[in-house]
Amino acid sequence: MNASSSRVEAGTGARFAFSLRQKQVVWAWTFLAVPILFYALIRFYPTAEAFYLSVTNWNLLSKPDFIGLSNFERLFADPVFWKVFRNTVLYLAIGTPVSLLLSFTIAYHLDHVRFMHGFIRALYFLPFLTTAAAMAWVWRWFYQPVPIGFFNDVLVGFGLSQQPFLRSTTQALPSVLAPAIWAGLGFQVVIFLAGLRAIPATYYEAARIDGVSDLTILRRITLPLLKPTIIFLVVFSSIGFLRIFDQVYNMTSGDPGGPLNATKPLVLMIYQTAFSSFQMGYAAAQTVVLFIVLLAVSLLQLRLLRDR
Amino acid sequence: MRVFRCMLVGLLLSFGAMTAARAQTVEIEYWQYVFEARIKAMDELIKRFQAANPTIKVKHTTFPYADYQTKIAAAMPAGQGPDVVQLFYGWLDNFVAAKFIQPLPHDVFPPAMIEKEFYGIVSAMKRNGEYYGLPTAVRSLGLFYNKNLFKEAGLDPANPPKTLDQFLDAAKKTTKRDASGNLLSEGVTLDFPGQDYHWWREVLLRQMGGAPYSADNRKVTYDSEAGVRALNYYADLQRVHKVGQVGFMDEGQAAFRAGRAAMTIDGTFRLGSFGGIKSFEWGVTELPASADGTRSNFASYWVNAITTRPTGAKLDAAKKFLAYLTSPEAMQVWLDTVGELPARKAVAETPQNLSHPIYAPFLKALAYSQATVFVDESAQRQVSLDMINRVLIQNQDAKASLAEAAKNEQAILDRFYKK
Repeated sequence: MNASSSRVEAGTGARFAFSLRQKQVVWAWTFLAVPILFYALIRFYPTAEAFYLSVTNWNLLSKPDFIGLSNFERLFADPVFWKVFRNTVLYLAIGTPVSLLLSFTIAYHLDHVRFMHGFIRALYFLPFLTTAAAMAWVWRWFYQPVPIGFFNDVLVGFGLSQQPFLRSTTQALPSVLAPAIWAGLGFQVVIFLAGLRAIPATYYEAARIDGVSDLTILRRITLPLLKPTIIFLVVFSSIGFLRIFDQVYNMTSGDPGGPLNATKPLVLMIYQTAFSSFQMGYAAAQTVVLFIVLLAVSLLQLRLLRDR
Repeated sequence: MRVFRCMLVGLLLSFGAMTAARAQTVEIEYWQYVFEARIKAMDELIKRFQAANPTIKVKHTTFPYADYQTKIAAAMPAGQGPDVVQLFYGWLDNFVAAKFIQPLPHDVFPPAMIEKEFYGIVSAMKRNGEYYGLPTAVRSLGLFYNKNLFKEAGLDPANPPKTLDQFLDAAKKTTKRDASGNLLSEGVTLDFPGQDYHWWREVLLRQMGGAPYSADNRKVTYDSEAGVRALNYYADLQRVHKVGQVGFMDEGQAAFRAGRAAMTIDGTFRLGSFGGIKSFEWGVTELPASADGTRSNFASYWVNAITTRPTGAKLDAAKKFLAYLTSPEAMQVWLDTVGELPARKAVAETPQNLSHPIYAPFLKALAYSQATVFVDESAQRQVSLDMINRVLIQNQDAKASLAEAAKNEQAILDRFYKK
């Protein structure tokens, strides 16, 4: 009926005789045009502006002057930048594998649970809904020394010595990462559950008939079929960990970036350069570096995970 | 129709009257940051000012502290922004360089009058012989102590420590640890990110015979024998005497409020928060003097300045308003509402204030206080925090840590003064 109606319309000799399919495309573009324009204005224009600012010396108080690449030279010569870069990579390198491993384990076992399944899933998802700042402060109190710190109270109760956690240059970064991982678990568990449900039961039935062990089912059937889910979660959580800020800022508010820059991620360095020191040009250069890192990591992950 | 015409005429007449009245009223805008007590005090001052000056209207706008500087920096170049602005004294150089504020006109604010009537720390507002701002109130540091913990330890709560030796002694007596050596209650709080880094820089350092910066504020001079002694004194409180622990109860003021610290060094801005303490009695005394009687203190203040925006009638109105804000009456209102000390010597040093158990120690300190001239307060603060962290966490030698801090801070000063 669609085809005949379009032929009828074409036959009436109207000047702009679009087929119905073409009309649908026109409508689609009309509806999309407004959000695209809006998005271009609030996303692409400021990004282009940031690229421009990164080659100036703007400090909010005077007009920006073009200074070429000297912001980037200063950045790469700054030892704090390299420490911060290393921290950011560590957040990614520790955060993504640990959170994916944990969330997959939870999702895999939760999938087999029938009783209170929905309730348990909701409990895991709750931290994801909680404000990062509120969570960061509660975990900050957990890490305090005796008598108010929960973790140290437990350690001392078992006769072990207290740990400095946030006051140590080696323990601070994992300590800050823990609530970030914990918060993201819920989202990843839910996505993994959806991915697991999407695997047709016939594969499992066939495998069971063949007498294959559970571990082999996991390795040969479940994981390969979960690849799209895994790719999505790897990229998504990588970007999240590379941009970590809320937990760091709130847990180290007296000395932002942790003792001696031990926990400072690139985003916090950008924040301080821009809004504490008002060196906007320098901060813009740092955002350009972060953008390139994020782009590189995402493209690399997509390529590696897809081609296998 | 006639009724309608009458209404129209009436409306036009009243409108004309309103605009005529408004044509004589000058409106100026005042900006400060959000802090409940300060907003309340300023609203009261504006009310009194407008009652005394019916042709001037003052619009009071406030912003959260985190956004405050950014808002000013964004508004002024755009031709918007306030006519009279409140700024932290440490921001003066940036504001002057950016031409946000103008020197105070000599007819209403002669420098000779300022120097005679205001505390000496206001001289930090002078650039090239011109004063750029005047404070309503100033803040200084004091030694808060927990009278109950003092009594428990056998110390006399009416006689708090006066010298550094007595201070250390009191801290040792009031420290409590459990059987495994874990700290339960500390003698003194150790919180460099709080006010302790001011205590080290402007008080301990000077008491040991040193000075933080050269006279023109362009060179770092705390990298000296005195600096090593001062840094070691502070670090030894945790390392050797074990009377305190950085990070205990998360923040120093939290430890004191919870009754788990016998003493803490903090400023007048803490009075509002400590005023709510009900579980124990506390007192304040001047910061301990060194063995040879040297006393020093750190004072800070927010100043009111006239921006480069107002001219003509608005400038006159701004001058009148600023004169009122720094008048004795305004300072008394500010003291009562916000708890900050008057910036004029005569208003501060009344017999009533000098015998007040809480205000007196802070007021007396103003006579020998220093106000550090910062060029980038947050960056310089970070240098100090890193210095103490290297000593306490990485066990670096104090001399080496000082040398590194001096180098970093000198770089900050050089970058600023080179501009």
